[in-house]
Amino acid sequence: MKNARGPVWVIAEQIDCRILDVSLQLIGQARKLAKQLGSDIEVILLGNKIEHQAGQLFAAGAGIIYLGNNPELTFYQPEAYTEIIVTLARKKQPDIMLMGSTPMGKELAPLIAARLETGLTAHCIDLLINDNNILEQKIPAYGGLISIICPEKRPQMATIAKGVFPEPAMDNSRTGEIIPLDVPDNLPGRIKTLEVVQQEPEGVQLESASIVVAGGAGAGDREGWNEISDLAKTLNAALGCTRPAVDEGWAELDTMIGQSGKMIAPELYIGVGLSGEQQHMVGSVGAEIMVAINNDPRASVFEQVDYGIIDDCREFIPVLIDTIKEYQGKKVSC
Amino acid sequence: MLNIVVCVKAVPEPKEAGKIRIDPATGNLMRSDVPLVLNPLDKNAMEAALGLKRNMDAHVTVISMGPPAAGDIVKECLALGADRGILLSDRAFGGADAFATAYTLARGIEKTGAFDVVFCGMSSSDGATEWVGPEMATFLNVPVVTMVNKIVEFDGSLWKVKAKVENGYRLMQVKLPAVFTVTIDLNTPKTLSFSGIIKARKKEIIQWTALDLGVGEESLGLKGSPTIVADMEAMESKREATIITGTREEKAQMLLQKLVGAGVVS
Repeated sequence: MKNARGPVWVIAEQIDCRILDVSLQLIGQARKLAKQLGSDIEVILLGNKIEHQAGQLFAAGAGIIYLGNNPELTFYQPEAYTEIIVTLARKKQPDIMLMGSTPMGKELAPLIAARLETGLTAHCIDLLINDNNILEQKIPAYGGLISIICPEKRPQMATIAKGVFPEPAMDNSRTGEIIPLDVPDNLPGRIKTLEVVQQEPEGVQLESASIVVAGGAGAGDREGWNEISDLAKTLNAALGCTRPAVDEGWAELDTMIGQSGKMIAPELYIGVGLSGEQQHMVGSVGAEIMVAINNDPRASVFEQVDYGIIDDCREFIPVLIDTIKEYQGKKVSC
Repeated sequence: MLNIVVCVKAVPEPKEAGKIRIDPATGNLMRSDVPLVLNPLDKNAMEAALGLKRNMDAHVTVISMGPPAAGDIVKECLALGADRGILLSDRAFGGADAFATAYTLARGIEKTGAFDVVFCGMSSSDGATEWVGPEMATFLNVPVVTMVNKIVEFDGSLWKVKAKVENGYRLMQVKLPAVFTVTIDLNTPKTLSFSGIIKARKKEIIQWTALDLGVGEESLGLKGSPTIVADMEAMESKREATIITGTREEKAQMLLQKLVGAGVVS
């Protein structure tokens, strides 16, 4: 029996033929939404030599997979990807379309939304279906939680970062239908991805680290930042940051924690010289234990952590590093 | 001649933006006197345009949509070296989401005449959706590259740019006209010069309303926005901080003891 309501779509993403974690997490959440709506879950996957990845998408919960498998789709190609998805969406009328907040998702989602003349919500931290069967898209703002809806236009579109939703329960016995997609032959040919170069990142990674040290504007300068970096090294922790630290040029955008950056869930989070801006803190609340070091006792960060140290981080961090090193030294000797 | 348009936005001073809060009781925004400034990444977009202008025959138009007070940031861009400044300002533009903003800016850019390149900051410090560049490009029916951090080739109408991806880059070939959204890594913006400020005094800001753009109110502002804010709620922290006091050494010792005790430092 065909559902009256359109399906819930997830635009899956692959890099080097590997499905991204965020795509599987979104399929998991899409299952919950679809169940409430009584809709189907359909997944779109574009790439080259990716047919063997379908099993994983079914295991995560996909009912139907639309598969574009073509050398021209190896990399994200803006024209082909947009055209394929827009054409299919016009035919299939999805009710909801979800995408990862990845470099591809952040460009492709608005290209599709504008073509379909529908709304799009960025960097959601929760998605739920309300009593009117409308998707409530939660985003943090102004110290609160805002619920965005797209009441009339369809599909309801949102991008979500890796780590917002958990890994889905994979059931390898699940299977479904694969529907092949062709590459349209009437593309304007105005833009082309020539190559994609990615390196294995160095050092301890934010998403897998058991300890994360995050630095903010309070570092003051490069020297202060290096102290924070040393604290991270001493604890074998990953080093993250707030937006001001990126703006100052001390840290890379890839290491920014928060709503438009990485969502982390370490055992220990230590926020140094940061005020507790909501955009940053929503990315850190998954931590088991949270510590803040800031010289301003009124900083809102102290309302959001388990332990607070009110002190100038530039003075305190070297003392803390010495204390930790002393402890580590004693441990080795006994 | 290369016709460049730079889209800029007046945003609450990022360092003070945290002062704008939701009243947990009423759900209304409690505004305080946070000044409006040029969105930080739009400075990189301006510098991208001005850098080209220093190297070739180019004309730079800066355009912003916002309240009349946003005229100040257009003025600032004129002082930085833009040739023409346009402010799209009308009550009908108010309450626009990214879609309606992109649509309005696209109609404004079309009205400026033929263009080759549009630069904008990758995101604004307040909205931070990153949608306006790509949606605007769609309404202008031109290609877009987001998160550009290097312009590799810019001779003629076939450009090559590098754009940021996780731990690397993608190399894109683009036929002009096109929209590029830029990252902080693209360049180092220059600061205002005294002579620039003096020159900008003579430049007039052109103001366009909905009527000037010839766009019906149903496509603008709140009415033209597919998304709306349904609800606001306060977000309460579930944690209560223990403030550790004492001398620096005592505080460090005590903190370490707590963390070792909790089993998160070994």
